[in-house]
Amino acid sequence: MNKLVISCTVNGDATEFLAEPGDSLLDVLRDELALTGSKEGCGSGDCGACTVVLDGEMVCACLVLAPEAQGRHVATIEGVAEGSRLHPIQEKFLEHAALQCGFCTPGFIVATKNLLDRNPDPSESEVRYWLAGNLCRCTGYDKIVRAVLAAAAELRQEKAPV
Amino acid sequence: MNELSKFAPGKEFRVIGTSPVRPDGVDKVTGKAVYGTDFTVAGMLQGAILRSPHAHARIRGIDTRKAAALPGVKAVVTGVDFPDLESLVVSAGESSGDIIHISRTCMAHEKVLYAGHAVAAVAATSARLAREALALIVVDYEILPHVIDPEAALAADAPLLHDDVFTRGAEPKPDQPSNIAQQVALDRGDVTAALAGAAKVVGGRYTTEFVHQGYIEPHTCVAAWGADGQAQIWASSQGHFSIRSLTATVLGIAMADIRVHPLEIGGGFGGKTGIYLEPVAMLLSRQAGRPVRLAMTRAEVFEATGPAPGAVIELKIGANADGMLVGAEIDFVYNAGAYPGITVHSGLTCSIGHYKVANARIFGREVLTNRPPVKAYRAPSAPQITFAVESALDELARELGIDPLELRLKNAVRPGDPQMNGVPYGQIGYIECIEAAQAHPHWTAPLGPNEGRGVAGGFWGNYGGPSTAQVSLAEDGTVLVATGSPDIGGSRAAMAMMAAEALQLPYEAVRVIVADTASIGYSMVTGGSRTTFATGKAVIEAAEIVVAQLKARAAVMWSVSPAEVVWADGTATCLAEGKTDQRLTIRQIAARAPFSGGPISAQVGLNAAGYLPGFAVHICDVEVDPETGQVGVVRYTAVQDVGQAIHKSYVEGQIQGGAVQGIGWALNEAYSYDADGRMENAGFLDYRMPVASDLPMIETVMIEVPNPAHPYGVKGVGEAPIVPPLAAVANAVRAATGKRLTDLPLSPDRIYAAMQAT
Repeated sequence: MNKLVISCTVNGDATEFLAEPGDSLLDVLRDELALTGSKEGCGSGDCGACTVVLDGEMVCACLVLAPEAQGRHVATIEGVAEGSRLHPIQEKFLEHAALQCGFCTPGFIVATKNLLDRNPDPSESEVRYWLAGNLCRCTGYDKIVRAVLAAAAELRQEKAPV
Repeated sequence: MNELSKFAPGKEFRVIGTSPVRPDGVDKVTGKAVYGTDFTVAGMLQGAILRSPHAHARIRGIDTRKAAALPGVKAVVTGVDFPDLESLVVSAGESSGDIIHISRTCMAHEKVLYAGHAVAAVAATSARLAREALALIVVDYEILPHVIDPEAALAADAPLLHDDVFTRGAEPKPDQPSNIAQQVALDRGDVTAALAGAAKVVGGRYTTEFVHQGYIEPHTCVAAWGADGQAQIWASSQGHFSIRSLTATVLGIAMADIRVHPLEIGGGFGGKTGIYLEPVAMLLSRQAGRPVRLAMTRAEVFEATGPAPGAVIELKIGANADGMLVGAEIDFVYNAGAYPGITVHSGLTCSIGHYKVANARIFGREVLTNRPPVKAYRAPSAPQITFAVESALDELARELGIDPLELRLKNAVRPGDPQMNGVPYGQIGYIECIEAAQAHPHWTAPLGPNEGRGVAGGFWGNYGGPSTAQVSLAEDGTVLVATGSPDIGGSRAAMAMMAAEALQLPYEAVRVIVADTASIGYSMVTGGSRTTFATGKAVIEAAEIVVAQLKARAAVMWSVSPAEVVWADGTATCLAEGKTDQRLTIRQIAARAPFSGGPISAQVGLNAAGYLPGFAVHICDVEVDPETGQVGVVRYTAVQDVGQAIHKSYVEGQIQGGAVQGIGWALNEAYSYDADGRMENAGFLDYRMPVASDLPMIETVMIEVPNPAHPYGVKGVGEAPIVPPLAAVANAVRAATGKRLTDLPLSPDRIYAAMQAT
């Protein structure tokens, strides 16, 4: 069991952890760093519940080997809110009742933030295809899509010149 | 509709019927909520379970010596570590089962009955070590012939799963064991004559496959069994009281010696109403003297937990020329997997219970096969048979040249009509649903090329049952509500709203928890669409007792009679002469509670009766690609009588989620088995559930015919929406292609083949 020392940035904080070569990034986030907001629904990249952003790219943390995080920036659900102030995406998920059990919600919110960072004005169809890698079994996606569109609208207003 | 107005007094609500943010919301959008998979405790070991690769085999022996000797392994458990039990039928969530079979589902003993059946378990200092130890366990299997197909399992020479299962419901009582676990029958009127005299008779043979609830959170638990015999279990489930009672019974210990802590649950849909891991983790923990965590992989969830039964349904339905149904003959076989326990009765009840049919002969059988034992899945047993009946009605409407909604309206049950068991229906709203569907713009909207529209109805009986709730006041007059009902989709919000309504306080003044089994009285599982009805009723009654206490305390403070105090807007007002301008807020009364009689709180345990069924009508538009047979759902409207909606958005969400699970059942989802009886698609890539890009928005129409047996008119919402979609989609495909497909799922290859056939 020769563990590797991995240095990376997690939600803006310099972070160091020990990992076995075969550990996934998800294992490390959950078990070593106690960031259990990223969920494991399948372990095979099919459900999106472990969605995180790695150097700006949306990935399933279960499909990334922990040593691959060396020197890179990892963003998880725990870094979406600013302190105790919720991100507008989180606010809209709550207002639109876009979660029932809530297990898939962190993955959806991370994926949504990555979408809106790239495309501030997505169509319904663009939202649906961007989120097609995230499974939700409770909502039928209707309220999630509405929450994402509402969050996009709110974010656009915030960015508009005063 | 006049009847309806009697039960719809237009009650003015303050909080009921709004859509506030759920109290557990912030934790769930920030990743802080602790689900079953997130819980850890100091000193915890990691467990793993060895599962059978064979569909049917006798266990000649299990050699665990090498695994036990591996450094870091602290416990090894097999079937011999489970106590011998006397046969006993116990309630297991939404169904019932023999405790021996429930024990054997957790861990096989003499035989394995399906690929994925647990045969041994280990606990070690790491998950990797636990998996390594599993590889060192040697199981000596004598492979037996297996049977996967339900009709093959009916054959006289089929491999027999159990030598102690005799067909329940058969007369005379059988003396030979059988793969037919149960049969149910209903015979009323003269079906043969009715069908012979009918203007039109439609028939057919319909099949559905095993489908899984597909909750995203796999089963996980942590158990700690102390040297003094007392234990704690942390798990997500639809009923922690069920975990307690089933685990204690399987292990032969006192229920009060197990305290089960409910963790947040990542979906269940009926599939988390029983036990799989808990007794195993308990035994590992006792052996190791440390807490043990067991977690399933996604493949284990598919192969070793309970999906919904597959079905084979043959039926004939006849009507006169006006479209009045005269007779129905239905024979159905439900594939229950390895152990008995499904609710075939619900299949019978839900088959034609939404229509008036004087002559009916219905015969249903529960058949055992070498697959994982099925479990409840949202309106258990109703969607399969409704698929057949509502498809046949679509054909009947075509043959008679009658509008399909008109046909349903002519035959739909109304309040006072007999249910399948003969008891008259109460204040149901099926007629209102059909009329709302007729009036909806979707019903008359134009269709594009290659598109077709289908409609289907259906219902679910809902449930009541035992629940406990406690309402207590903090010293500042804010309110705490505790229930024993896990919050699977926003029920904390509904409970807070009902308590706030009864206390006449703002929603934010009430906080709700789901209490563990040692902290509140017994509550049945969250399922059956019973929680908002039954637990809600307990919350309201407890809150009403607290209101009475508040009035009594104010009376003490004013030295008047409680009859001279009114409670409104969270404030007591004195009616006594000379004191009529006096008021006491809940905060003032709570602050003085120690001096007016002590703490203010109430606990109510009840068995909620008077639940009423929920009816639904769904309209579905599909577009079928003529070159590939691929189906796209392009518009979908779900109409449902929900009773009084407590939290509007979450009621809508239940309808939308149920409809989409039904769409998945119709179009994509099915267990696939190879020749050796092993599941071929035990993962989300190959077991294809609907994703966001597969779907349109799901329009909802909430019909609110209140239930007079609930203080606020609640009926129950979650189950009914999965009942109509299977036929609604199939009827839309029929309209788009001209082909009646009778086997689910409606996969592109099947549709393409049907379109090519002339």
